[in-house]
Amino acid sequence: MKSLIAFYNILKKDITNYYLKPPNISWGIIFPLSWTMMQLLRSVDSSILELLPGLISTSVLFGTTSMLAVTITFERSGRSFERLLLAPISLNTLMLAKITGTILFGMFNAFVPIIFAGFFINLSDINWIIVILAVFLIAVTSSLMGLLIAVSAQQVFEAQTISNFFRFPMLFLCGLFIPISSLPVFLKPLSYCLPLTYGADILKGAITSNNSFSYTLCFVMLLIFTVGLFTVSKYAIEKKQNQ
Amino acid sequence: MTMICVKNLTKKYGNFTAVDDISFDVKKGEIFGFLGPNGAGKTSTINMMIGLLKPNSGKITINEIDVIKQAKKAQEIMGIVADESNLYNEMDGFANLCFCGALYGMGKKERESKARELLKLFRLQDAGNRPFKAYSKGMKRKLTIAAALIHSPEMLFLDEPTTGIDVESSRQIRELILQLKNQGTTIFITTHYIEEAERLCDRIAFIVQGKIVASGTVFQLMNNVSHSHNINLITNKDVQDYTTALQKRFKEITVTVKKPDELVIKTAKRIPLLPILKFLHEKDIEVYEAKEIHPSLEDVFVKLTGIETSVLQKEKGGF
Ligand SMILES: Nc1ncnc2c1ncn2[C@@H]1O[C@H](COP(=O)(O)OP(=O)(O)O)[C@@H](O)[C@H]1O
Ligand SMILES: [Mg+2]
Repeated sequence: MKSLIAFYNILKKDITNYYLKPPNISWGIIFPLSWTMMQLLRSVDSSILELLPGLISTSVLFGTTSMLAVTITFERSGRSFERLLLAPISLNTLMLAKITGTILFGMFNAFVPIIFAGFFINLSDINWIIVILAVFLIAVTSSLMGLLIAVSAQQVFEAQTISNFFRFPMLFLCGLFIPISSLPVFLKPLSYCLPLTYGADILKGAITSNNSFSYTLCFVMLLIFTVGLFTVSKYAIEKKQNQ
Repeated sequence: MTMICVKNLTKKYGNFTAVDDISFDVKKGEIFGFLGPNGAGKTSTINMMIGLLKPNSGKITINEIDVIKQAKKAQEIMGIVADESNLYNEMDGFANLCFCGALYGMGKKERESKARELLKLFRLQDAGNRPFKAYSKGMKRKLTIAAALIHSPEMLFLDEPTTGIDVESSRQIRELILQLKNQGTTIFITTHYIEEAERLCDRIAFIVQGKIVASGTVFQLMNNVSHSHNINLITNKDVQDYTTALQKRFKEITVTVKKPDELVIKTAKRIPLLPILKFLHEKDIEVYEAKEIHPSLEDVFVKLTGIETSVLQKEKGGF
């Protein structure tokens, strides 16, 4: 019960202090929107439907990692993050509370291109349950990557730079824009080590039935990444306390 | 009853030893102070005691809970004030206090009424709905202390609570610390102000370069250092001509003239004054005032640590 009160209030504070602040709200809408428009204008020949998995993944990836760089790195530099570490709640509860806000924000980001696409094309053939599950797991894994970066970086700027170092290569290796089969051989193993590869593949399957792996494999891989990243992030936070 | 027990605590940053094998106890209900210059290892020690920093070796128990193994359990009874005022800039005073209450699992009604009570106690009612970033340094400090008290902790840690803030806020903070002690809270405080330590603490430990040089009550610390007893005598007339006679008559004293009508008598041990007064009286000199001059805690600190007080007063990053 006590942990639940703490969890809920940390989440509520993050949402009101950060996520609902005008600059972040507009970033959450404008970034996916402009990315969507850019892609639509650039590739007139491909259908909106084919672009949708990439747009959704990009929006979630950028939304989540950017926000954690702010909500954690910012609080760490102002030292209010110490309060959370010193509260009588487990590190698991604290990490869950911190990433839940980001996951919700990421999912909100994902629906910007979907709603936008809904104005132009018929989306009724899409398997929504699978899409929502995939969006959720992409948001979870990206948030955890963001968490790992945020606890390792010292400043917001540094966190953003490190994020970009990972985000852009990831987008091009995950099979969304360049099929994995046409990547150079030495890059292929790298693709299979990215959670986004599996998330994007599920989205492709649910939206255009054009997936390379089975849903089961992808979901299992995403769950493995979730547990793995959570453990590594937790270890990173604990290690900081030993300096 | 012991509240805190620290044994052979050591913290190293790389090759540098910031806290060097220190041991001490804090009794329930007392104010225990760490007095030392910047860089002495005060913050490192406090951070280990609250479970924020892992020691390289040593043991810490708080209320018999092992802080290193069961930090979360120990933290339930701790109120913590870091060396910086670290609340949330975007939130107002009231919301900040309520949030901190929620971190300790307090229900909404309970934390709101406690927050209002604390705002009043710290004379911050009017600032309750202003964002923290709009507060003055002294107000920020007060709210940070209030936030540490929201869950009525048994044990309060204060890391330099009055450093760098205005005189009036400092005074209020010291008053509140004494009030808390009277209500039964055990307090561990670090400071580099000798006067603050002397006024607040039941017991003080001098910490220099990661080591405890001396510890005890102010009285014990004073007696720890061998010092002479000085008595100041104020008389009714010029006594300079009689000092030699006085010195000759009383071998165990050293007489110095401070002013023509003021003498300082120095002795190794306390001696009765009447013979001296009588001797002077016979010479037609009346003593109006006789006062023992005690060494100050400052003198004791300088003697024990070899650190000049000017060094102690230096603020972090200061001149
Ligand atoms: N994270 C750290 N890394 C390296 N050295 C540190 C670190 N924190 C503190 N120190 C050093 O340890 C010593 C003790 O610091 P600190 O505990 O902050 O002292 P105080 O609080 O008494 O001023 C100082 O010399 C300081 O420079
Ligand atoms: Mg300090």
